[in-house]
Amino acid sequence: MKVAVIKIVTSSIIKHIAQLANLDLSDEELKSMSPQFSSILNLVSKIKKLDTTNVSETSQVTGQENVFREDEVDSKRILTQEEALSNAKNKHNGYFVVDAIFEE
Amino acid sequence: MQFLKNNMLADKSISEIARAFRDKEFSSEDLVKECLANIEKYNPQINAFITKIDKDIVLSEARQKDRQGFAGKSLLFGIPYVLKDSYVTRGIMTTAASNVLKNYLPQYDATVYCKLKETGAILLGKMNMDAWGHGGSSENTDFSPVHNPWDLTRVAGGSSGGPAAAIAARMCLFAIGEDTGGSIRNPAAWCNITGLKVSYGRVSRYGCIAYASSFDTVGPMAKSAEDCAIILETIAGHDMYDGTSSKNEVPRYSQKLATPIKNVTVGMPEEFFQKGLDREIKKAIETAVEKLQKLGVKSKVISLPMIEYGIPVYYLIGPSETSSNLARYDGIRYGETRSNFTGETMRRIMIGTYALSAGYYDAYYKKAQKARTLFIREYEKALNECDVILMPVNPTPPTKIGELINDPVQNLLADIYTVSQNPVGVPSLAIPCGFTKSGLPIGMQLVGKMFAEEKLLQVGYAYQQMNSWHNQKPKLTP
Repeated sequence: MKVAVIKIVTSSIIKHIAQLANLDLSDEELKSMSPQFSSILNLVSKIKKLDTTNVSETSQVTGQENVFREDEVDSKRILTQEEALSNAKNKHNGYFVVDAIFEE
Repeated sequence: MQFLKNNMLADKSISEIARAFRDKEFSSEDLVKECLANIEKYNPQINAFITKIDKDIVLSEARQKDRQGFAGKSLLFGIPYVLKDSYVTRGIMTTAASNVLKNYLPQYDATVYCKLKETGAILLGKMNMDAWGHGGSSENTDFSPVHNPWDLTRVAGGSSGGPAAAIAARMCLFAIGEDTGGSIRNPAAWCNITGLKVSYGRVSRYGCIAYASSFDTVGPMAKSAEDCAIILETIAGHDMYDGTSSKNEVPRYSQKLATPIKNVTVGMPEEFFQKGLDREIKKAIETAVEKLQKLGVKSKVISLPMIEYGIPVYYLIGPSETSSNLARYDGIRYGETRSNFTGETMRRIMIGTYALSAGYYDAYYKKAQKARTLFIREYEKALNECDVILMPVNPTPPTKIGELINDPVQNLLADIYTVSQNPVGVPSLAIPCGFTKSGLPIGMQLVGKMFAEEKLLQVGYAYQQMNSWHNQKPKLTP
C-alpha cells in the first residue's frame, strides 16, 4: 500500500500529543517517534480519499441501544477496602496516595 | 532425537477425551500430566507461557475431577486449557504481556474464566501475547517473543501467539484468545490450529483487558471446528456485567455440526487474492475450495473493493479506543507507571490521541467511523450474494523473529486480511488448509453474517472431516 508522503509531523506536535496522552517521552524517544508517527499517519491518511458524503458514523455494532440495569448495589461485585488497595504501591490510612493537583 | 510423540492423549478431540474419561480409558490426571510434561519439554524453546499454575494445584484439581466422576458433566470437565493473559483471574498474576502490569494480582474474575471454572475445565496458565493485543506477531511483549513450534526461528503470530503455540505443541487442549483485528485468526493460521473470532457481543468481555472496546471479541482456539463448537456453547451468552453482550439465544453448536453443507455458497472476494498474497497461500486456498466443491458447495467470485481502506479504518478507530482505554494505567491503584509501555503501544496511544484531538477529530476519527458504516454495508451486500466469504488470513507465511517488530508500518500491514471484520462485527473461523513447501502452516478464514457461527462451524467441520491438515503437529525435540 503506497501513499504519497505527506509532511513530517513536527516535534512540537509530537510533544503536544505526548502531553495529551500523559506519556513522558525522553528526547531520544521523541526523536524516534517523529518519523514512525509520520509514516503511520501517511498510511491511515489514505482514508481522506474515501467519499463519505451523507454517510453517518458507526460507533458500535451491538444492535442494541440504551442498555440499562437497576440502580441496585450488587454485593457480589464489591471489593473490601483491603482488596481495593491490594495492588496500590502508595497508600495511607486506607487511602490511595496521589500527587497533588493544586499547589498551596 | 525424540520428536513430539505420535500418539498423545492431547491429539484427541475434546469429545473423544470426554468419552475416554467416562469409559475410564484414561483419567484427567493422565491427560494433565502429559500436558505438564510437554510444557516442561517444549515451553523453554517456545515461550508460550507468562504464568504457569503450580503443578501440584493443577494435578490435585485433575484428581478431584477424576474422583467426582464424569457422568452428566460437561464435555469440558477435567480438560486442561489456557487463557491469553488478557483475562483477569483473581489472585493469579495477569499482565496483558506488559511491564505495566508485571505485578498485578486481580481482585476479581473475568466472566469467561468463571464459566470455564464452573464447567470443570482446568486452567494450566496465562499466555504470552502482544502487549495489550497490540501486534500480530507476539513480539511486542515484555516477556520475550513467542517462537513458532513449526519453526523456532519464526513468530507464532499474534496477538494470541502463546495460546496458539501451546495448542500446536500439545501443552493444553484448548485456549481462550481475544480478537480485535485478527488476534485469534492470525496465530491460529500460523500455528496450524483452528480459531474462531465470534460475532461482536456473542461472548461476554467482562474481565477482558480492553484494547479497542467496540472491536474486542472473546473466542475459542483449539485443534478443530468441532472443539471450538463445544467451547463456544459453554462460553457464549448474555452477561449482565457486559452491556454489549447479546441476548440472542446460544445455539447448541456441537449438535448440528454434521448438517450437510451442499447448498452453501462460498464467495471469494477477488481483491483478496491479488498482489501481496503469497503464491503458496493462494494455491492452498484454491485447492481447499475445490475440496469444498466436492461436498456440493458452490463457489463464486465476489467483490469487496473497500479492502484497501481496511487498514486505515482499523488503525484509526483501534488506536483511538486504545488511547482512551489505556488512559487508566497511571500506576496509582495498580500497576507500574506509563513509562513502562513499549514503543509499539506508545505509538498506538499517540496515533489515537492525535486522531481524537481538537482539529483532527473530523478528518480522522469521525471519517473512520463513517468509513466503518460503508464497510458494514459492503459486507452486508457481499453476504447477501453468498453464505460464507472465504479468504486468506495472512498475506505471508510466519515471518522471522525480528522482521515485523523492527518495521512499524510492515507490522500493521500484516493484518490486512483480518482487520476489516472487527469494525463490522461479523464472525470468522480460521482453519488450517495446508503447508508451504518448507513446511510452514497455511490457514484460511470463513466469514459469515452476524451470529452465523453455526454455519461457519458446519463448513469448517465438513472440511475437516475430509482433510487432516488440522491434525498435523510440529516436530519438536526437547
